[in-house]
Amino acid sequence: MKKTITVIILLSIAVLVLINILNTEEEYYNLKLEELKQEYAIKPVSSINHSLLPELQREFSTPQEVTETCISCHTERHKEVMNSAHWNWERVSYVEGRGVAAAGKKNVLNNFCLGAQSNELSCAKCHIGYGMTNDHYDFNNARNVDCMVCHDNSDLYLKGSASAGYPDRTVNLTLVAQSVGTPEKINCGSCHFYSGGGNNVKHGDLEVALLACDRDVDVHMAANGMDMSCVACHTGENHQLKGRLYSVSSTNTNRATCEQCHTATPHFDDILNRHNAKVSCQACHIPEYAKVNPTKMSWYWSDAGKLRDGEPYEEFSSDSTQEYMSIKGTFTWAKNVKPDYMWFNGTADHYLLGDTIKSVPVQMNTLFGSHNDRDSKIIPVKIHRGDQIYDKKYNTLIQPKLFAESKGDSAYWKDFDWETAVAAGMERVGLPYSGEYGFVKTEMYWPVNHMVAPKEKAVSCAECHTRSDEGRLASLAGFYLPGRDYNKPLDFFGSFLFFGALIAVFIHAAFRVIISLRRKEYDANVIDYENNKPE
Amino acid sequence: MKRVYVYKGFERFWHWTQASLIIFLAFTGFEVHGTFHVLGFEHAARFHRVASWMLISLIIFAIFWHVVTGEWRQYIPTTKKLLAQIRFYSIGMFKGEKHPTKKTEVKKLNPLQRLVYLGFKLVLVPVTVISGIIYMFHKTIDRNDIVMVSDFSLETVAFWHTLGAFLLMVFLVVHVYMTTTGHTPTSNIQAMITGYEDLEDDAEESEQQEVS
Repeated sequence: MKKTITVIILLSIAVLVLINILNTEEEYYNLKLEELKQEYAIKPVSSINHSLLPELQREFSTPQEVTETCISCHTERHKEVMNSAHWNWERVSYVEGRGVAAAGKKNVLNNFCLGAQSNELSCAKCHIGYGMTNDHYDFNNARNVDCMVCHDNSDLYLKGSASAGYPDRTVNLTLVAQSVGTPEKINCGSCHFYSGGGNNVKHGDLEVALLACDRDVDVHMAANGMDMSCVACHTGENHQLKGRLYSVSSTNTNRATCEQCHTATPHFDDILNRHNAKVSCQACHIPEYAKVNPTKMSWYWSDAGKLRDGEPYEEFSSDSTQEYMSIKGTFTWAKNVKPDYMWFNGTADHYLLGDTIKSVPVQMNTLFGSHNDRDSKIIPVKIHRGDQIYDKKYNTLIQPKLFAESKGDSAYWKDFDWETAVAAGMERVGLPYSGEYGFVKTEMYWPVNHMVAPKEKAVSCAECHTRSDEGRLASLAGFYLPGRDYNKPLDFFGSFLFFGALIAVFIHAAFRVIISLRRKEYDANVIDYENNKPE
Repeated sequence: MKRVYVYKGFERFWHWTQASLIIFLAFTGFEVHGTFHVLGFEHAARFHRVASWMLISLIIFAIFWHVVTGEWRQYIPTTKKLLAQIRFYSIGMFKGEKHPTKKTEVKKLNPLQRLVYLGFKLVLVPVTVISGIIYMFHKTIDRNDIVMVSDFSLETVAFWHTLGAFLLMVFLVVHVYMTTTGHTPTSNIQAMITGYEDLEDDAEESEQQEVS
């Protein structure tokens, strides 16, 4: 009987230990994921070969002629395009605290190249149209829609620099027109990789390396992985692409999400699935961004304008990143960056031209969200810091004129004179300028959504659930995070009770030992006494 | 002295499984709490959860056993000889006094034990287990799915759960120590392992005290 009991006890302990040791989730076969992989392994094949179309067997002297030819068959598509933010550079939406407002590249500023207004000639390189040179652009002229920049599959199409959105003169328009198809990575990337004036400058998670990367950089786009294109997730219905870029967007609508494929419960582990109520997929699955090439982390315009022998210059750091440019100021870059984390509910506000500065650093875009908001989740964010020019008296940010083709046209990048550049820029956007400019610190928030790591490299539990100051969520306040937070008085009181009990027990035990020893001594004396031995 | 079968098979199984589960839960729980790092947060949290369900099922079995066998009567509190019992532990036993109460198979617990164990069963364990269950399901279910226990802040839930854990650890220390106050330091533990204990006969008087 004794033995049976001991065996039962030992067995139950053994079972407990075994269950815990063997309780891992890796063993299971993820059918859901396999189905997705199978679905996306089959790449779309076009049902038409444009190079065989008689309409395209000709020379095109202007890109507009190409557009007209496209429209001659796709008779309504240009209307869809002209309804998109890619064309209009703005979107009307309701913004908390502001009301209904149109926001986009037309009136939103950033803390990189500041803003497109008055610099269209150069900035329109990333407009899906031709001929945007100023603010009198005709957004109703269908002939100026640039079909090729998104649909060229030949890799030959190239927008010219400082060409107001026109293609480079070397482009063979016939060849490009004959090889159109579904947008590929480079079509989106030609703008979205290079925004801010160079590869990976703005986003940090969107860059040229994604054209041919391995799974460690991005599991979805990896050349040795699923090799998915941008539009596999950013699907388009009538040329309205899914996805929101919160440097310009404001609403929690039509977003491209992980859940659209992976569902809200993609893990076998229930605990991980439940995290999804408060934690975005990206927060754990994008442990770092800028994994291949560095991204710009700060940009201080206040340093711009230094000249050597009257000429602008550039300085590079040892890893060949630009540290200084006379036309732009000082930069810092970083690679393999751990994101910052913020609460975000999918809605955002922006600094719009003419807004008064409420706080410093100025938030170029404000991501709304908090722990108590049930739509908010923790998302990874790239924070880009810097300073930029503002009107000291009116307390507004300034849109300077930066770009011109030649000197003497008030452009800062040619003349290095803030006074004239500011005057010209503010006149163009129709805002008053007091004549006193200064530089104010700014911050801009870029949700990180790409460069998803393989699951083995996802953020581990203890990287957030830790008391360490190095914890990823160390500074995200307003909620109780197990492992990070604890009640200090309770811990003190509890430890006091626990160790107090231990000490009390030891003292009690010590008394018992001493007393029993004394008693033995007494007994020994009695025995000695009875034996009549002399002391 | 008479050799008596005091602790039944299930009782011993329940006692030791509960003991190992509580110790294991404390170990993993305080790691989740951030007190120390041994298994790593992920394993600690997962093991804690598995063990918690094992403890909850064990408690359900134990409640059933107590009700069916009528053993719950052992815990009916009494103030009779309660002070005498406290006096014995704090003064009497040092003077070599006799145990103020007598242990029999139908009256296993002395008045102090009755009160402490009843508190353990009716307050300490429920507070810890219930706060633990709320902790487990707190606000973490996707709003598209089922309920959200969001009326209590996690901070409050964690407070009660941690308080329960600390008090359980205090109980553990004192309880383990008190088992050494039998007529030999290991006689009570042996009884809980084998089920048999040498108890005082009605006729005979013993030098030593029994029972913890």
